[in-house]
Parts: sequence; C-alpha cells; structure tokens
Amino acid sequence: MEMRILGRLTADALPFYSWVAVGGAVVTVLGFLTVVGVITWLGKWRYLWNEWLTSLDHKRIGIMYVVVALVMLLRGFVDAIMMRAQQAFALNSDGYLPPEHFDQIFSSHGTIMIFFMAMPFLTGLINIIVPQQIGARDVAFPFMNSVSLWLTAAGASLVLVSLVIGRFSTAGWSGYPPYSGAEYNPGVGVDYWIWAIQASGIGTTLSGINFIVTILKRRAPGMRLMRMPLFCWTALASSILMIFAFPALTVATATLALDRIFGMHFFTNAEGGNMMNYTNLFWIWGHPEVYILILPAFGIYSEVVANFSAKRLFGYTSLVYATMTIALLSFTVWLHHFFTMGASANVNAFFGIATMVIAVPTGVKVFDWLMTMFRGRITFHPSMLWTLGFIVTFVIGGMTGVLLALPPVNYLVHNSTFLVAHFHNMLIPGALFGYFAGYMYWFPKAFGFTLEARWGKRAFWCWIIGFYLAFMPLYVLGFMGMARRTEHYDIAAWQPLLIVAALGALVVLAGITSLVIQLITSIRNRDNARDLTGDPWDGRTLEWLTASPPAPYNFAILPQVWDIDAFHDMKRRSVAYARPERYEDILLPKNSGAGVVLGGLAFTFGFAVVWHIWWAAIAALIAILGTAVARSFRDRTEFRLPAGEVKEIEDRRLRDLAKGGAI
Amino acid sequence: MSLAGEDTALLPEADAYEQRAFGFWLYLMSDAIIFALLFATYLVMAGNTAGGPAGSDLFSLPHTLGETLLLLTSSLTFGLASVAMDAGRRPQLLAWLAVTFVLGLGFVAMEIREFHGMIIQGAGPDRSGFLSAFFTLVGTHGLHVSAGLVFILVMITQVIAKELSQPVSSRLLRLGLFWHFLDIVWIGIFSAVYLPGIL
Amino acid sequence: MENAEAAAGRKLKSYLTGYGLALVLTAIPFGIAASGFLPRGTALFVIGTAALIQVLVHLRYFLQLRLRSASPERLLATAFAAVLIVIMIGGSLWIMFNLHYRMWV
Repeated sequence: MEMRILGRLTADALPFYSWVAVGGAVVTVLGFLTVVGVITWLGKWRYLWNEWLTSLDHKRIGIMYVVVALVMLLRGFVDAIMMRAQQAFALNSDGYLPPEHFDQIFSSHGTIMIFFMAMPFLTGLINIIVPQQIGARDVAFPFMNSVSLWLTAAGASLVLVSLVIGRFSTAGWSGYPPYSGAEYNPGVGVDYWIWAIQASGIGTTLSGINFIVTILKRRAPGMRLMRMPLFCWTALASSILMIFAFPALTVATATLALDRIFGMHFFTNAEGGNMMNYTNLFWIWGHPEVYILILPAFGIYSEVVANFSAKRLFGYTSLVYATMTIALLSFTVWLHHFFTMGASANVNAFFGIATMVIAVPTGVKVFDWLMTMFRGRITFHPSMLWTLGFIVTFVIGGMTGVLLALPPVNYLVHNSTFLVAHFHNMLIPGALFGYFAGYMYWFPKAFGFTLEARWGKRAFWCWIIGFYLAFMPLYVLGFMGMARRTEHYDIAAWQPLLIVAALGALVVLAGITSLVIQLITSIRNRDNARDLTGDPWDGRTLEWLTASPPAPYNFAILPQVWDIDAFHDMKRRSVAYARPERYEDILLPKNSGAGVVLGGLAFTFGFAVVWHIWWAAIAALIAILGTAVARSFRDRTEFRLPAGEVKEIEDRRLRDLAKGGAI
Repeated sequence: MSLAGEDTALLPEADAYEQRAFGFWLYLMSDAIIFALLFATYLVMAGNTAGGPAGSDLFSLPHTLGETLLLLTSSLTFGLASVAMDAGRRPQLLAWLAVTFVLGLGFVAMEIREFHGMIIQGAGPDRSGFLSAFFTLVGTHGLHVSAGLVFILVMITQVIAKELSQPVSSRLLRLGLFWHFLDIVWIGIFSAVYLPGIL
Repeated sequence: MENAEAAAGRKLKSYLTGYGLALVLTAIPFGIAASGFLPRGTALFVIGTAALIQVLVHLRYFLQLRLRSASPERLLATAFAAVLIVIMIGGSLWIMFNLHYRMWV
C-alpha cells in the first residue's frame, strides 16, 4: 500500500467542481481572514484570549455559545435560501446547482441547524441563565463547561472547513447507510459529517452532566425543586435527555465510521450487515433530540409569558409534570420516524399510539400558557410576540404531527415535502422562536443594555410571515407527491408553490436582516438603553436580582428563597436589595487555556481521520490524553476574590440601583 | 494531610467532591447506554455470520473464565485499596493499586491474545456482521479497561507525589466507580456473548 | 478512631461478601455452559438470571449503592438508566427481529 504523509489529501480537494462551491469557499476564507484581520487591527488578541477564550465564567461561555449559534444560523440559512432558489427554478431544467452540490447543501443545512445552531443556542442560554435563576455562582464544573464549548466549536469548524477543503456529506443530515457507507460514498463528505457530530456530541454529553449536577446540587438556600423557575426544569429535562440519548448517536455514527474505515459490516449490503439497525439507533437518539431542542424553548416561553402578563405562571405544577412526562415518553416513540421500513402492524400501532399520547402533555402546556395570559396585563414586548406566534403556529404543526403519527397516513406522505413542512413547523416556532424570545428577553442581562424593540418586532413579523409562506406550500406539495430533497422536476403544477416558498425564504431573509439591524442600532444607542437596575422588565425570577451584566460571582450573598417567583416575592417584601452587614471572600474558577487546546486537538483528530492522515490522528489522541492527565494533577483551580473587592463592586452596584430608581 | 502552610481555602469545598462523584456517576450512566446499544446491536447481528465462523467455533470457555476471574478479583483488590485509603495506609494502598493494575493488565493481555488469534485465522472484524459487532462490543470494553489502567498509573503517581490529600482521594473514589462499573459490563459480555455462543 | 475502624471493617466485609457472591454467580452460568445438560432455552434463562443478580450484587457491594443511600439522586439516575436500557434493548430487539421476520423469511 502506498503510504502518503497527508493521507488522501491532495490539491484535488479544492472545490473547483462548481462555481457556486468556489464562491462558498471564497466567502468562508474571506470571512475568516476578515475576523482575524479586524481583531489584529484592533490589537484585541490578548483581550480576547484572557477575557473570553480561556474564561470559565458560565456567562461568558454562554455568550460564546450563542455567538457560535448565530454565525452558524447565517451559514445554515444561506443553505436554505440556495435550496429554495434551486427548486423555484428547476422545472424542466437543471437549475443552477449540480446535483452533487445540491445534496451537500441539504445535508449541511440540516446538520448545521440541529447540531451547530439550535444546540449551541440552547446550551448558551442555559449557561447564561440557569445558574442565576437557581441562585448559584457558577455551574458545577466550570472547566468542563469550557471543554464542552470548544468541542462544539471544533465540530462546527469541521463543517466550515469542508466548504474549502474537500466536500461535505451528500447523505442528508441523518446519513442513512448503505448510501453513506464506503461502497457508495467513498469520499470525505460523510467522514466530515461523522466527526463533526462526534466532537459536538461529546461536548453535549458533558454539558448535560454539568447542568444536571448544577441544578440538583447548587441551588440557593430555600430553592426547593418545586420552587425552581420553569426554565430550570426544562433545562434539567433537556440535560437528562442529552446524557441518555446522545450515546445512541455516538454508537450509530461510530459504527458507521468503523464500516467506512475498517471495512466492518454493521450496515453494509453484504456479509451480514443490517442497515436497518442504523435507522433504529439513529432515531433512538433522534426523537429525544427533538425534545432536547424544544423543551428549553418551552421553558423560555413559560418565563416570558408570566413576566409579560405580570402574573404568576398558571399551572406551575402541571407544567413541571408535563415536562418530565414528555422527557420520559420521548424515549418510547422513535419508530415513528420509520413506520414505512416494514415493521408489522402491531409494532407500528404501538409506536403510533405512544406518539399520540405525547401530544397530551404538550396540550396541557398550551392551555397553561393561555391561562397565564387570561386576564393578565400583557405587554407586547418582542419576546411576547415570539411566544404568541409560537403558540398559534406550533399547534398547527402539532396537528400535522398527529396525522403523521397514523401509520396509514404516514405511508402516503412519508419522505415527501409534507414531512419537511411538518418538522420545520415544529422546530422553527417550537425551538428557534423560543431562542429568539430568550435572546431578546435576556440580552440586557448579558450585556447591560436592552435591545431595541422596533426592529425586534419587525424581525418577528418577517419571520412568521416568511415561515407561513415558505412552509405552507410544502404541505400542499407533499400531497401533490413531491419528494423531499428533489433537485429538479418536470411537473409544472409544482412550480408556482415552490416560487411562493422561495419568496417566503426571502421574507425570512428580511427577518434575519432585521435581527442584524436591531443588534447594530442597539449597540449604537446603548448609552440610552442602559439597564442600571438589572431588572428591566419587572422580572419575577432570581436572574433579575443580579446586576446587568452580573458580577463574576453573580450573587455577593447567596439569596434566601421563599417562593416560586423568588425575586418578585423579595421585591414585594422590600428585601431584594438589602445590604448585608459584611461581605466575604469568594472563590471563583481560574481561567484555563486547556479547553481551547482540547478543542483544537479534537479538530485536528477529526480532520486527520477524515483525510486518513493516521500519524496526525494518533498524535492528536496522545496529546488529548496528555492534556487530560496533566490537568488531573491540578488541585487548586480557583482563585480568591477578597471581600474588599466584592464590597467595591457591590457599592458600585448600589449606586447604579439608586440611579436607576430601584432603591 | 500535607497541606499545612498552604491556602487550603483554595481547595474546593467538601460538597464539591460529592458533586464530582455524582457528575462522574452520570457519565457512567451515559456510558452504560453506549454499552446497552452495543449489546442490542450484537444481539441483532449475532446470527449474521455470512458463512463465516460462529461463536461456537471461536470462543473458549476456559479463556473467558480466566478473563472473568482476573477482572472480578481486580474489583476485590480495588476494594481493598479503597479500604487502605480510608485508613490512610499509603503503602498498602499503593500495593493494592499495583495488584489491581497487574490483574487488569493480565485481562487486557488475554483479550489481545484472543483477538489476535481470531484475526490470524481469518475471523477478524471485517469478516461478517456478527464479528464486527463482537469485536466492537468486546473491544470497547477492552479500551475502557485500558483507559482504567492509565488512570490507575496516574493515581499511583499522584498518591506518591501528593500523598493522600482530599483531591487525590476523591479521584481515587471516582476511579473505583469506573473500575467496578467495567466489571458490571463484563458480566453482561460473558452472559450475552460468550456463554450463549458456546452453548 | 473507633468509628473509622468500624467503618473500614464494614467496608472490607462488604467487598469480601460481594466477591464471594460474585464467584458463586459466575460459577453457576459457566458450569451450565460447560456441562450442557440443560436445554438451550432453560440454560439461557438461568444465565440471564444469574447475570441480573450479579449486577445487583456488584451495585450493592462494590459500588455501595443502597436503597436507603445518602445520595437519592444517584439511585434515581441509576433507576432511570435501567428503565431506558430495558426500553432501548427491548425495543431494538422487538423492532429488528420483527423486521427480520418480515424481510428475510
């Protein structure tokens, strides 16, 4: 066998197979160089390294997660609009994208939106908010938090690099064999996909462990479980799903990698492979994953709806039980993703009924949110608009879901654009709108000034109108028999609907533009929109007790909790900003560059395996082990913030509170 | 404790160690799901020999019994190490850790010999779906044991270099959880893979 | 000091008991496999039962997981994992053998 120092990496890896692909590569490289150039020009490398990249502060790690999510949202949306454009044009023609490139785009769109947009977005929001909501100073394992972030970043980088060096997978975001096996897909695309999600998947498992321990063990005195804000409950449920569901994805993709690299026969056509087991394993993860994405958004809606109705959340207990019921039931429905694979009527019926059962707790939640608004004093903050848009739109998606849960109906519409419409109808309002609501609600907490409402509302209206325009036609097209992932077609009746869908994507583009304008104008006007009190919306939960942005330790004195709406209760009793007699030293995690190093090594390992550069893969593995062992010798990972400094920070805070009129 | 004169307050608080143990336990549960799915995959594929050798042609009862006894005894010796740790008897602790290491190494050596023997007679992981699932399930366990061996070496070094400080003993506690967990997985392996294969 | 010694004694006893039980629960299935006098179905049942009991023995005596343990979270996490393992392995086997029956036979 010929030994090559760079494995199968040659100059052919550059994307000269289509001008669109070259364009994508050029934009990616230029974007990267621009960021590097701007940071160098501003002389901010040291600041970035010391204050952000190596920070173990949960709030900073959370912000970095959200930045990753927003960048990847742009990339994923470019994929979306390219697909919509291709399908709008491609009646009786090839459109502008060659099939091989179109396939990469729908694969990367799904992969990016699930793993590198939605997951980092929710992980970031949980990171910023949950420790503050439970009255804690940080997560349980700050260093592991940083490792999680950098593993996610390593995975995202692998996806981005595939635009420039080599190609991405053409096997869809779910990567079904045998098409994703070495026999039919010998290139590097599927490998990029596998190692990107392996890296981020390990990061997600670690995040899940971190959040569970934080929520169960780090609550402030008096914060009993049944006094936790609902967002903490949904974060807990989501984290439980992360640690128990992600192993299935790890096993599915790792065994696929063994097939591809070592010629094993898990999922091959011949030699005793069983490709259907891949589908089984993939969806054991895949269905809980839906709830990993949606439950935190449910939590955000619960916080937002109570806050902007100026009422206590209706049916708190039922929402908690509904959340935990959904978490358990989400492990019992996975077969509904492959009803048509050929299981018997008994099996299909069981999973169909289980699927319909899961709609019950979700229905409970919708009624709770409606009842919270009932007779409330509603403020139409942008976050509230996202919530209202979600309730209406999500119910429609839920009903199409109940249709799909009926195996006979499923046989008719499976693999059609009806399905595409359905899951976008669940995930865009059910997850993304919630993250946007959280982003606009908690932005002042993270940065100390509020986002401008006008552009926020415009963004909402563009998104929701664009959503209906883009996806309602896909339901109809599904009934007309259009298969998902169609690159070109010869049925003239489809084209008008596909043009409407493409227009919808353009309206969503206007929504994304509004988000960007909102961010820019808000940063420009930040001096007029300072949040001096840390409580811009007359909040009810503990995260509004801290300063905006919070001190590194969040709470100088851990709060004592007496009620579900702990902060509202404190304000009512006028004890919220009471000054303690004395401050004490506070221990905080020291910065560490090891997370960045581990992320870089994980990227190196992934890249090396993708290109079969075995020496580099082995070297990276040894370095990962070495870093972990070296880190394990560290006993003192915290530093002491003296009481005097705490007092200084708190005195400043009290002056701000007085200026803001809170005391 | 050898921490006199150092700023002991900079060590995490006592319940921080309990939190680490709980976090590690959650990791083990997550790992247990990985093994569960590898077991499920093996059971689904156990019959897919594709005309190649089956379990009854490849497995040896005495060999598996030997591996089992090594691993089981290493769980006991680790337990003796942790009793010595609680009593603060460092030489005993080191001795039992060393014995555990040797037993674990013996297990890994036996597994490598078995795998090597199978591969040279043409029954490697690329021969059939059954063998892919077999090598992956048993090999994943073997890799875990090997990682455990590295972990033991690291802890022996730490016990020598740092004495029995609280951070060190909390790491030893987690190592113990890991080591005993691997023994449980092995029960599954001989009961679901080797014995039914031989029957 | 007295207490610490008593605790160490209890722990030692726990490991030794666990080891003894584990040896017995290992000897039974290996003995059955070696002798082969039981019909295959019964043999598999006994092997499975012995394995299940041995897992519980390990959890109790080696991992010190007790029903009235100081850490209810740990117990709850383990119970939840056990439920999911049953769902995932049971579900996978049900689904895959059902498919197998309909596809290959």
